Order: sequence, then C-alpha cells, then structure tokens
Amino acid sequence: MNALVLCIPLLPFLGFLIVGLFRNKLSRTMSGILASGFIGISFILTLVIFFSHYYSANAITYFDFISNSQYNISFSFQVDQLSTLFMLIITGVGFLIHVYSTAYMREEPPEHFARYFAYLNLFVFSMLLLVLGANYVIMFIGWEGVGICSYLLIGFWFKNNQFNYAARKAFIMNRIGDVGFLLAIFWILTKFGSADYSVVFSNSSTLSVADVTGITILLFVGAIGKSAQIPLYTWLPDAMAGPTPVSALIHAATMVTAGIYMIARSNVLFSMSPVTMDIVAVIGLATAILAATIALFQNDIKKVLAYSTVSQLGFMFVALGVGAYTTGVFHVMTHSFFKALLFLGAGSVIHAMGGEQDITKMGGLRKKIPITYWTFLIAVLAISGFPFTSGFVSKDEILMAAYAHSQPLFWLTTFAAVLTALYMFRVFMLVFLGGFRGSEEQQHHLHESPPAMTIPLIILAVLAAVGGFVQLPEIFGGHDYFNEFLAPVVPAFKHVGESLAVQEYYLLAGTVVGLLIIFLLCKKWYAVKQFEGKYTGIKNVLAHKWYIDELYDAIIVNPFNNIAGFLKSIVEKSGIDGIVNGVGRFIQYSSRQVRLVQSGMVGNYILIMVLSITVLFMVFWNQDLIIGFLQKIF
Amino acid sequence: MDITTIIFWFLSVLALFSAIMVVTRKNPIFSVLWLIVVFFAISGHYLLLNAQFLAVVNIIVYAGAIMVLFLFVVMMMNLDNLPVVNKNTWMKFLGVISGGLLLCILVSTSKSATDMNLKTIVLKDGDIGLIENLGKVLFTKYALPFEISSILFLSAMVGAVVIGKKES
Amino acid sequence: MPVSYYIILASTLFCIGVAGVLTRRNAIIIFMCVELMLNAVNLLLVAFSKMQNIATPPGGVIVNGADAQIFVFFIMVVAAAEVSVGLAIIVMMYRNVHSIDINFLNRLKN
Repeated sequence: MNALVLCIPLLPFLGFLIVGLFRNKLSRTMSGILASGFIGISFILTLVIFFSHYYSANAITYFDFISNSQYNISFSFQVDQLSTLFMLIITGVGFLIHVYSTAYMREEPPEHFARYFAYLNLFVFSMLLLVLGANYVIMFIGWEGVGICSYLLIGFWFKNNQFNYAARKAFIMNRIGDVGFLLAIFWILTKFGSADYSVVFSNSSTLSVADVTGITILLFVGAIGKSAQIPLYTWLPDAMAGPTPVSALIHAATMVTAGIYMIARSNVLFSMSPVTMDIVAVIGLATAILAATIALFQNDIKKVLAYSTVSQLGFMFVALGVGAYTTGVFHVMTHSFFKALLFLGAGSVIHAMGGEQDITKMGGLRKKIPITYWTFLIAVLAISGFPFTSGFVSKDEILMAAYAHSQPLFWLTTFAAVLTALYMFRVFMLVFLGGFRGSEEQQHHLHESPPAMTIPLIILAVLAAVGGFVQLPEIFGGHDYFNEFLAPVVPAFKHVGESLAVQEYYLLAGTVVGLLIIFLLCKKWYAVKQFEGKYTGIKNVLAHKWYIDELYDAIIVNPFNNIAGFLKSIVEKSGIDGIVNGVGRFIQYSSRQVRLVQSGMVGNYILIMVLSITVLFMVFWNQDLIIGFLQKIF
Repeated sequence: MDITTIIFWFLSVLALFSAIMVVTRKNPIFSVLWLIVVFFAISGHYLLLNAQFLAVVNIIVYAGAIMVLFLFVVMMMNLDNLPVVNKNTWMKFLGVISGGLLLCILVSTSKSATDMNLKTIVLKDGDIGLIENLGKVLFTKYALPFEISSILFLSAMVGAVVIGKKES
Repeated sequence: MPVSYYIILASTLFCIGVAGVLTRRNAIIIFMCVELMLNAVNLLLVAFSKMQNIATPPGGVIVNGADAQIFVFFIMVVAAAEVSVGLAIIVMMYRNVHSIDINFLNRLKN
C-alpha cells in the first residue's frame, strides 16, 4: 500500500520526464494521451486510497533526506484525510484539465505541445508533493516546485516579452512570500529540532506566545505570496498571460490553494495565536472586497475571473481566520469546481471567438455555444450562491462563522458576496446575452468546442451543482459529512447557541432576494447590444486596478532596478571586471618591462655573468654564515 | 733580498703595469704592443720557475704568432677614426667594480686557505720544466690528447676559412 | 717564494682581464683581454706544478708535476685555435656591419 502511495506523485513525475525528454519525437496525440493517462492513473490510485480508508496519523517514511546531529528531516508522506482530500481535488480536476488541454492547445507545434504537458505533469507532481509531505520541508519542496511550474507555464509562449514579465512577476512575488515561509521553518527547526507535523503539533504547547505568533505570522506571509492576498496579489491577474487551462489548474484549483492547505494543516499552531488569526481574517476580508471592486470594471474575461479568484481566496482566509478550518477547506473544494469550470468555459468562449478575450466584443453567444452557455450559467450560479449549489453551502458556512465571530465582519463579508454576484452576472450577461458586438468574421467563426473540451465542462458543472450536498446543513436535510471526514485532522467551527436554524433561513431568504435583484439589474444594464466598456471617474480608478501596480512600480520596482543598474555598471563593470582585467593588464605590463633585460648587448650579459659568479663565490665560501642567518629568520 | 726575489718582483710589476696599459689604451695597436710586453713578463716568470720549454713556447706561439695575427686584423680594420658613440661611464665604473670585487673574493679565499700558507714554490731548480722530461710525459702519457689536438687544429683551420670566405 | 704571492699575482692579472672585458667596447680589445686571462691562469698552473714537486727522489727523472705544464701546453694549443676562428668571425662582422663595436650587435634584443 505504501508503494501505491509513492506511485501517486511518482507517475506524474514520470510523465514529466518521458513527455519532456521525448518531446521532439512524440506526436500531439501521444503526448496528450501519455500525460493525461498518468494523471488519470494517479486519480484512480487516490480513489483506491480514499475508499480503503487507508489513513493514519503516522507518516510513511521512505528515506532520510537531511540528517545531522541537530535535525533529522526524512522524506516521508502523510496520508490522512486532509491530504487525501486535496489529492483527490488535484488529480481529479487536474485530469479533467489535461483532457481539456488536448483540444485547447491543438494549434501548437508538437514539441511545444509536449512541453506544455510535461510542465503540467511536473506541476501536478509538485503539488502532490506539497500536500503529501509529512513535514514542512517536503511541503516547501513542493511549494517551490509549483512556483517554478507556474513560472514555466505562465511564460509558456515565451516569444512574447510581456508574458515573460508576467511570469517573472509571479515567481518573484511568490519568492517574497517564501522568505517568510523559510524563516518559519527555521524557527520551527530551532524550537523543535524537527519539522515533522506530528512532532510540531504534539509539542506545540511548549512554545511561548511570542514564538507561536512569530511562526504563524511568517507562515501566513508565505501563504500571502502563494495565495495572492494583499499585498502580494498583483501577480495573479498578470498571470492570465498563460494558456487558459493553466489558469484553470494553477490559479483556480490548486496552486493558490496551497496557502489554505498550509494553514489548515497548521491549525494547531494558528489556534494558539489569536493575533495571527485576526490578521488573517482582516487581510482576507480586505482582499476579498478590493478584488471584487476591481473585477466589477474589467473588460477582459480572464482578468475578471482572476480577480474573482483573488476575492474568493480572501473568503477562504476569512474562514480560516475565524477558526472555521473545515469551512475554508470546503470552500477550496467547491471553489475548485466552479472556478475551474468558469475558466474552462472562458477558454471555450475564447476558442469560439478565435482568440478574442475582450467582453466588449462578445455578446449573444447563447445560441451559438449552448453547452458552454449552460455550464457557465451553472458556474455563475454556484459562485453567486444560488441555493443548494455547492457555492451556496460553502459561502453560507463562511458567513455564519463570520457572524458568530463578529457582526461587522459578517456584514462586510456579505457585501463582498454581493459584489461577487454582481460582477459574475455582469460577465455572464455581457458574454452570452444581448446582441453580438464583434466583427463579421468572428461571427462566422463561432462554433461549439470539441467534445474533449465540453465533456470536462459538463463533469465540472455536475460537481459544482451537487458538490455541496456533502455538507448540507441539517435544516435542509443534510449532514455534515465533510466536517466528520476531516475531524481527526482539522477541527470544525463550533457554533454556540440555538439560533443556527434562524440564521440559515434568513441567509436563504436574503440570498434568493438578493440574487433576483442582481439578476434583473444586470440583465437591464448588460444584456445589451451596445457596450463600450469605457469608464470615468471612480469607475476608471477601479478599472485601472486602483493603480496599485503603478504604485508598486514606483515604490519598489524602479528603485530596485536603479540599484541593480548601479551595481552593474559601477561595481560589476568598473570594480570587479576592472580588478580581473587589471591583473591581466598588470602581467602584460610587467612582462614588457622584464623583457627589456634582454637588451641584446653582449657587454651587459657579460657584466651580469661576472656579477653572478661573484655572488656565487661569496655564497659558496660563506655557506655556514648564510645558512645560520637563514635559520635565524625562518 | 737575493737576486731571485728582485727579479720576481720586477717581473710582477712589469706584468701588472703592462696589463693595465692593455686595458686602458684607446689605440688598439698600443693595446696589442702592451700585451706583447705582458707575454714577455710572463715568459720571464716561467724561466724563473725553470719551465724552459713553456717560456719559449709562450714567446713563439703567443707573442709571435697570436699577437701578430691580432696586429694584422687591427691594421686591416683601419680603426683610427673610431666613431665615438655615447660613452657609458656608468658601465665602465660597474665593470671595474666587478673586477675589483672578484679580486677581493679570490684573494680573501686564498688567504683563508690555511693549509696553503705553508707551501712554497721552488724557483730555479727542478727537472720537470726541461724539454726532455716534458716531451717524455707528453708523448707517453698524453699521446691521445696530443693527437686530438691536431684534429682540433684541422677543424679550426677549416672553420676559419669557411667563416672568412666572401659571399660570391 | 710563498705560493700566495703567485696566487695573488695571477688573480690580479685575471681580474684586470675581467675588468677589461667588461669595460671595453672594441671587440678585438675584448678578445685580447681574454687572452690575458688565459695567461694568468697559465702562470698559476706552472707555479702549482713547481709547488707539488718539492723534494727530488734519489735517482731518476721526476715527472710527477709535469701534468700541470702539459696542461698549460694544451691551453696554448686551444688558445691558438680559438684566436684564429675568433678573428675570422670579427672580420666577417666588420664586413657586414662596418663596425666592431659590440653594442651594435644587438640582434639578440628582446
């Protein structure tokens, strides 16, 4: 069984090696089948583990990774409920996206096609390593791996410099967060002598308040970088430069949720530090609202979805910040369904529009691409919290937990939820309803996507619709299977008081009414024939993302570039190069001078000869004296 | 002071004075002539040491043949109007100093060799300088080097002719 | 006559020859100073030959110390050969450069 567990990440790695090394020889079909096949087998193995309940709190150790007198870090996997859940999401959604990509990337030349799949497999491998690791160091290895893969995949079309900048930006911002993560790992190693979860969590009571606050804040800094919270979120919208399936996998379903996983895993530590929890909740809330306001006024379909991701991640952090760990993880699961569905649907729309991503040029696509229309509609309903969709259940849980924590938090989170529904319906209306605003040839090009793209859409739509039933509140006849499932590892939120049912009904009513209002408003504003997409005043500021990117550029990026330029020209060119070249020049100069001894004049030579003989005689006949003298010195 | 000592000192002074004259004269012909005087002084020393054969051979070969050869070449060069190029007095100074230094060292070394202090040179007596004895040793013990030296002369002659040939 | 007198005499003649070689620029003069040095050495050798043979054994010709004088003989032989070849070279040099100043012969420069 342990070998099976090892196979789960190993198969995608194998896929990476095979498809990557043979990318010049494999045809597109072969690359697609190989890569998707490996992920598919990993998914089946994960299902086997899931159904055989092969969980334990003990780690499976394979070999010693780093061991010296002070630390012992072993390469071991922890197969428990939390990691199995994430594995299911990663391999399942990953498999669907692989299948989708075989059709979406059809126009690429075979080597680039194979390269794409190799990177995707490497990404799945790294992500699996992240969730399977039994200590923080293995998690960090996977953490870095997904960072690298996101860089490789965002900059996949590397001939475009803008895309390369976006990839670089993503990687650098990730790295800034990683510094926090690394410092936290060092702190943990110093305090406990080991980074294993079991050791850390069982001995966590030995930590002082300052220690645990410091560690958790540093861990959260890592999560900020990876999960795109304020202030390190600007990379995610720019990361839309990569292919759409990449955005679906990495930036919707998996990589960005690594931060949530990390905090859920470390819930023992976080629960000990109320200060950090408050910080997490506040930052999550601020991010949710900020990103939602920006998403309201974006004209690129992928940018809207990117800001939506940032906003939803904020929701998850709000959940974690109030102590509702299982809720956060649950929202991860449902979000992966409907966000991946949204991105894949957007990919389908872009494919139908022949590469156009501007929603001011779309409209009325409902009749032309029906499957995409219906699945997109389901996703929009899910994310807005339409009753009994998966999104509804998870979002309600978050809202209820927020309400139990503090009232202002609850109202602000609700406000963010309203904004979510607003911008999602805006996009939906602008793309699928109203009149077509594109060019003539685009209109002729419109067609439904091939089955390889629509079948994953349908599967994800089903999941998005019914995925909530594992956690349906009892008022509606459900049972919290999810909380029970995760209970050994992650605690659920404890509601006190009996007013739960009343709150639920209020929420249900409020949701239905609110959604109706928003739907009608959006239909009136956006299901139109003419839509310029130009904004003035405050709306312009929002459309320009609050000018945060420009702010970062001015404060951080440009000074750094100037310093680097200074170092390059002064220190590197003049200083170091000067020294290195100077040594060479000095030798040349001195050899020129020494060469002058050979004057060619015989008289000089004889003189030197005589002098040398003189010296030789003196030395020879005064040997003892000279040897004694030398011995005194040395 | 017996006559032998006086003759020894006279000959020594003569040799040294002539040597200095050789080194310092500007006109090369004078240098050649002073060198002939040196050879005569040295031959006198040989006679004092009863090395008769060598004294005569010294005059015949060195003073008679070699110096005459030098004179031939000097006169052929027609070196009266030697272009006086930049005289490097510093080099002359250095040369004299080097020579003096060498002298100091040699003399000091010989002074410090204590087992030599007691030996003396026998003047005027002794048979080994006689031509008969020298010839016996030369043609019995050193016959091979004698023959080889004839080959040496052959090669020297050939060399001189080859080098001195005009390019035609 | 103490042997040191001869040693000093020969050394002085030798060093005068060295000074001459280092000081003069005329190739012929330098050659002559070399001959001077050779003669100083010859003198010393002959003196040493007499130094060895202090007592004459009864009856018979004494030929022991004659090695040094034979050596002097051969030195003269070699000097003669050397002079002939050396002067040939100097003559050829004069033909090419029209000067016998050794400072002009700096083809070995650099």
